[in-house]
Amino acid sequence: MDCSLHRHGPVTTTPLPTNSNPTAIEHRPDSLGRFGKFGGKYVPETLMPALFELEEAYRRYSQDADFQAELEQLLKDYVGRPSPLYFAERLTEYYARPDGSGPQIYLKREDLNHTGAHKINNALAQALLAKRMGKQRIIAETGAGQHGVATATVCARFGLKCIIYMGVHDMERQALNVFRMRLMGAEVVPVEAGTGTLKDATSEAIRDWVTNVETTHYILGSVAGPHPYPMMVRDFHAVIGQETRRQCQEKWGGLPDILMACVGGGSNAMGLFHEFIEDASIRIIGVEAAGFGVESGKHAATLTKGRVGVLHGAMSYLLQDEDGQVIEPHSVSAGLDYPGVGPEHSYLMDIGRAEYYAVTDQQALDAFQRLSQLEGIIPALETSHAIAYLETLCPQLEGSPRIVINCSGRGDKDVLSVSKLLNP
Amino acid sequence: MTSISQCFEQLRDRAQCALIPFITAGDPDLATTAEALRILDRSGADLIELGVPYSDPLADGPVIQAAATRALANGTKLDDVLGMLKEVIPSLNAPIVLFTYYNPILNRGIEAFLQEIAEIGVKGLVVPDLPLEEADALLQPAAAAGIEVTLLVAPTSPADRIASIAQQSQGFIYLVSTTGVTGMRTQLQSRVKDLLQELRTVTDKPVGVGFGISQPEHAKQVMEWGADAAIVGSAFVKRLAESGSPKEGLIALEAFCRDLKAALTVEG
Repeated sequence: MDCSLHRHGPVTTTPLPTNSNPTAIEHRPDSLGRFGKFGGKYVPETLMPALFELEEAYRRYSQDADFQAELEQLLKDYVGRPSPLYFAERLTEYYARPDGSGPQIYLKREDLNHTGAHKINNALAQALLAKRMGKQRIIAETGAGQHGVATATVCARFGLKCIIYMGVHDMERQALNVFRMRLMGAEVVPVEAGTGTLKDATSEAIRDWVTNVETTHYILGSVAGPHPYPMMVRDFHAVIGQETRRQCQEKWGGLPDILMACVGGGSNAMGLFHEFIEDASIRIIGVEAAGFGVESGKHAATLTKGRVGVLHGAMSYLLQDEDGQVIEPHSVSAGLDYPGVGPEHSYLMDIGRAEYYAVTDQQALDAFQRLSQLEGIIPALETSHAIAYLETLCPQLEGSPRIVINCSGRGDKDVLSVSKLLNP
Repeated sequence: MTSISQCFEQLRDRAQCALIPFITAGDPDLATTAEALRILDRSGADLIELGVPYSDPLADGPVIQAAATRALANGTKLDDVLGMLKEVIPSLNAPIVLFTYYNPILNRGIEAFLQEIAEIGVKGLVVPDLPLEEADALLQPAAAAGIEVTLLVAPTSPADRIASIAQQSQGFIYLVSTTGVTGMRTQLQSRVKDLLQELRTVTDKPVGVGFGISQPEHAKQVMEWGADAAIVGSAFVKRLAESGSPKEGLIALEAFCRDLKAALTVEG
């Protein structure tokens, strides 16, 4: 393995794209839950009243001082917020030019949150909401297991009954997280349909919700699904970007130049990006999973290769075949292994406010090792995709822009499967 | 050919409750589906709902999910389904209602899809993941193409919503009998009776009850509660799938269809 500390890539002079018309993107979503043409509520009628009820509860409690105070206290004392904005000195050195200049790389340390990922921000807030709505039974889907663990955690904390749907394939590659969920009292239901991954687990969770909607709250774990989820989950993660703004101000008295995050459904990315959408000078980059390569047909690069469609209640870009059947995606990372993407990302791409690229399984595995060796931080495989894009991005940059990467989760859950991949 | 609305008018004149069987296209293969449509048509079906197999059928329980998965696994494409219908529809008396999720429609293009199915003689459309709020995109172009789009009412729908859905729904109103996905249940929820009564106060459009009706007694019960149609899906799909061969499946299908029809036939 290459452990050298410097990488002398070619220095190109690509100008940074800028957005000159930020006014077009205010008030997202509209009253029908649309981000431009994306979003909406494509669900069976049975769920519609529950979505209205949820929207109403969310509106009410997002302005309720008691709710906000309880959430803030728990984010501080239970989750451990604020999470640090860390200057990655040796990673920065690795991408420095011969003259020592180069991008300055910062990591927003969501991996240091309780349960080891950003997912707890949303799970905690939704559990508080469920409690106030009088729902005692919680269901959730999970891919990598991080959202499942976060949901099991908050259900243990509040004494709520918890059922987690997880694909059988994911249960195998994320066995540690299955154990953690069960340890905290959650029931983990294996989903065998399809490829046994996140898409199938999500469908099964929705079927459970259709059946038990009157007693159950569905803690959806990404900025996907029917309205109000894309808006609500984004808002519950917006604390990531809000802290980042403050921390940038403290550290250098200004804004970051580039934001970067991995995108599966896209919750950690929206959490970081949302605060800065109107700051037109900031370049916003999402990194998808290219699996074996975007031309291989075995990938999860929805925005790169998908077409507009409807999945799990929202209109967005979607990996689908010529008949409109959803294609089963592939990624080494269970959390990115999803054929859809949050509707707001589709919108941000279409209006040119955010850029989306894809990196392969191999590039992500390389980055997994690189960050571990250079910074002593083992990132989640999902996060590794964002880290991996530095290889492409850094040689294209001029000067010394400040890059903030959302270090969305820690990689402890992945070490077993990575060790098998590296030493087959 | 008869539209869905006309079909219900004729049934009403004869004071008959309609039988609407559902099967999944391409399970076990399209030749069997074609034969099944003919058999249902002559064994008492008044209308027939044909499911277009879809990769992510959110509103369906295990039986219909498995049927869709089998149909897709053996290579059933939308073009093949429509090609089969083009051949079979002219020989049927019962109007065909397509049951499809929204994405395959969107993928083909709403107008193109509607025109294509209208040309081959499909009369109605049920889209289980297209609630009232999203249905505008389909309702107007469907009306122009001569396709009646039936909307669903659920046990969770509040009264004002039921009225709006009833007003917009075309052909008939699909009353979901249970809070849940499609599939066989041993018992009917008694609140179906209340929902039927509620619908009666806001509309005189026909009401079909489906989801969970799996036995002749269930069909008879919803008829007695005032339904205009009993829709039976999983119980048909299961009989077709669980027999030793397509031929045996078709025999079981026919017998079951006749039993249901007998239960819905008012004597005298």
